[in-house]
Amino acid sequence: MREVNTNPLRTRKAEWCLTTPSFLWLAVFFVIPAVIVLAFTFHGHDASGGVGAWSMSTWRELVDPDYPAIVWNTIRISFEVTLWSIVLAIPSAYAIARMNPRWRAIVAGSIMLPFWTSFVVRVFAWKTMLHPDGWLQACYIVFLRVRGWLFDWLPGFCQQFLVWLGLASSGPVDPATSTILDSETAVVLVSVYSFLPFAIMPIYTAAEKFDFSLLEAARDLGAKNFYAFRKIFMPGIRQGIVSAVLMVFIPAIGSYVIPQMLGGTNCVLIGNKIFMRAIQNRNIPHASALATLMAVSVLIPIGLAMWWKRRQDLRGKRRLEAQTARLLMTTAEGGNAS
Amino acid sequence: MADEFLVFDHVTKRFGALTAVDDVSFSVKKGEFFSLLGPSGCGKTTLLRMVGGFERPDTGRIYLDGKDITDAPPNMRRVHTVFQNYALFPTMTIWDNIAFSLRLAKKPQEEIDEAVDAILEMIRMSDHAWKYPSQLSGGQKQRVAIARALVDHPQVLLLDEPLAALDLKLRQHMLLELDTIHDQVGSTFVYVTHDQGEAMSLSDRIAVMNRGKVEQLDTPAKIYEAPKTSFVASFIGDTNFFHGEIVSVEGDYCFIQVAGFPQIKAYNDKKLSVGQEIDLSVRPEKIRLSFTPPRPEEGAAINVFPSKVKDVVYQGVYTKFWVTSSGLQIQSLQPHSRFLLDQEPITWNDEVFVWWHPDDGYMVECAK
Ligand SMILES: Nc1ncnc2c1ncn2[C@@H]1O[C@H](COP(=O)(O)OP(=O)(O)O)[C@@H](O)[C@H]1O
Ligand SMILES: [Mg+2]
Repeated sequence: MREVNTNPLRTRKAEWCLTTPSFLWLAVFFVIPAVIVLAFTFHGHDASGGVGAWSMSTWRELVDPDYPAIVWNTIRISFEVTLWSIVLAIPSAYAIARMNPRWRAIVAGSIMLPFWTSFVVRVFAWKTMLHPDGWLQACYIVFLRVRGWLFDWLPGFCQQFLVWLGLASSGPVDPATSTILDSETAVVLVSVYSFLPFAIMPIYTAAEKFDFSLLEAARDLGAKNFYAFRKIFMPGIRQGIVSAVLMVFIPAIGSYVIPQMLGGTNCVLIGNKIFMRAIQNRNIPHASALATLMAVSVLIPIGLAMWWKRRQDLRGKRRLEAQTARLLMTTAEGGNAS
Repeated sequence: MADEFLVFDHVTKRFGALTAVDDVSFSVKKGEFFSLLGPSGCGKTTLLRMVGGFERPDTGRIYLDGKDITDAPPNMRRVHTVFQNYALFPTMTIWDNIAFSLRLAKKPQEEIDEAVDAILEMIRMSDHAWKYPSQLSGGQKQRVAIARALVDHPQVLLLDEPLAALDLKLRQHMLLELDTIHDQVGSTFVYVTHDQGEAMSLSDRIAVMNRGKVEQLDTPAKIYEAPKTSFVASFIGDTNFFHGEIVSVEGDYCFIQVAGFPQIKAYNDKKLSVGQEIDLSVRPEKIRLSFTPPRPEEGAAINVFPSKVKDVVYQGVYTKFWVTSSGLQIQSLQPHSRFLLDQEPITWNDEVFVWWHPDDGYMVECAK
């Protein structure tokens, strides 16, 4: 028996057999391409669109003054898209999870319905809907007016900060030149439309497993509906929200079809630049360098967030230990006194 | 009005065509341990959920401490529920679970600390304060659920089959614990169960429910000894029913004719008259068996019938017998005297006398 189960060589071997396929998969489809992309950045390019000899020229050429702004815009817009998608997905997922099973299947199915049509065709359809004669254009002008009016209310330094962030422009609204087509708003709107199913699905999956009697318990103990939703439901579906954020944010960072077709010259994102360098300028190393730059700009904040979270957890744990100690001490005193 | 603390006034609740609670009126006293007892599906949970505020009665009102709470939302009632599946918040520690209602009430931090620590000590869970619900056993979760519901001193604590998910040993232990907790906090408890043993051992009073109606509301002893309806008699413990007609009345006693059976003498406490159809309930432990008829001075007034033993089940404290007499099956529970092993034991197919005192039968309304 000892020989069968605890032979370290045998278990080691079994472990290898089980994990090798997934390692191979990751290596072939993720690690190797990533390494190739990274390697390209240390090459020059030749006139025929090929990859040249080893050189640092590509990195040296990467000093286009537009790039920092484009990277920032890409992150900011991806963030906005993620935020709106999550904000819309949580109540939707909640509502679907609370429906009776038959309706649930119908509604969850119809959320996947758009995928039966080509993505490019759907974006093209939006182009028609966003036509300057359409009702969305009228809504857009109202939106701009309200935003401008709110903007004027803010103190000067706030205004400057918002402009600096790229969240507002200081000029007055001109209905003749402000079109929703070829604007950042169009890109955000259609991105949210496209990515919403990817946000709803993981949250819905989590919500479906959520025990809704917990909300009743919270109400029973004196919580209002919204408080119960916030304090019990939201933590309960945390895993789903985390996956939804990743499912939306990562494709949003790399998106280029939507800004290409609906953003015009007002909303050029890093995806468009990479596309331009790779296909139009035939400069693969330069495109690779931009992709690397983008990946690093995203990984750094995520790394920082993880580090911060771990520190918070550790603090929480220490606090709990201290409180347990306090509790045990008071009970011990109580025991001694009686 | 301590006697009318929680009042149900003609409360009816329907789900479509089904009447889950049917014109129920009764009141619970302040500080009482009150049980709702009935078979599964009789409307106990629905009644409880109307007190909690999770269902609205179709007609009728519910009053708590003189105030009409029928339409108040759950968070506006000082009533807490211990749910059958505990419903502890999985993302919070035990401590945070218990502190939930106090934090909502915006109590000062020291007060919260004090109250939570005290109740943790009462349920002997201080060591587990910083664990999560998934790390606890069933009995521990149960205690936490009770503590969470009691920590801010609700006017009424509702318990919906709180012990149903526990195994037998733990259930018996938790019964004692619940009793102690009720004595310590002195709140009004409304306890829902389908287990008559639980209801009998804990309650000050029991309402026996059947098909949405309260069949009888009484103390446990009264419900056991003097069931009002044949449903109550059969639901609370085992009993033998003799269905028949009163053929004569003699002073306080009457004689009942059961088809194909000799006449049975019974105490006529309801003063029924000749010709009335009734069910006579005789508890198995009141029915004696012996090889010889009982001695004459006893025998003169009692019911004695010859019978044959069909089945014997030894149960440690008791032995249970099924005998037939004139075609009727009768169940009898015999305690073991110290003579058990000396005596010749009664076994299968023995011819014995089955007998009981007329005062031990109890007449209940006929089930229609
Ligand atoms: N939300 C509901 N919708 C429809 N029928 C219900 C609902 N809740 C309970 N019922 C029905 O009402 C009856 C009483 O249920 P319940 O109060 O849960 O019984 P108990 O708790 O005594 O087992 C049952 O027949 C049940 O099926
Ligand atoms: Mg129930």
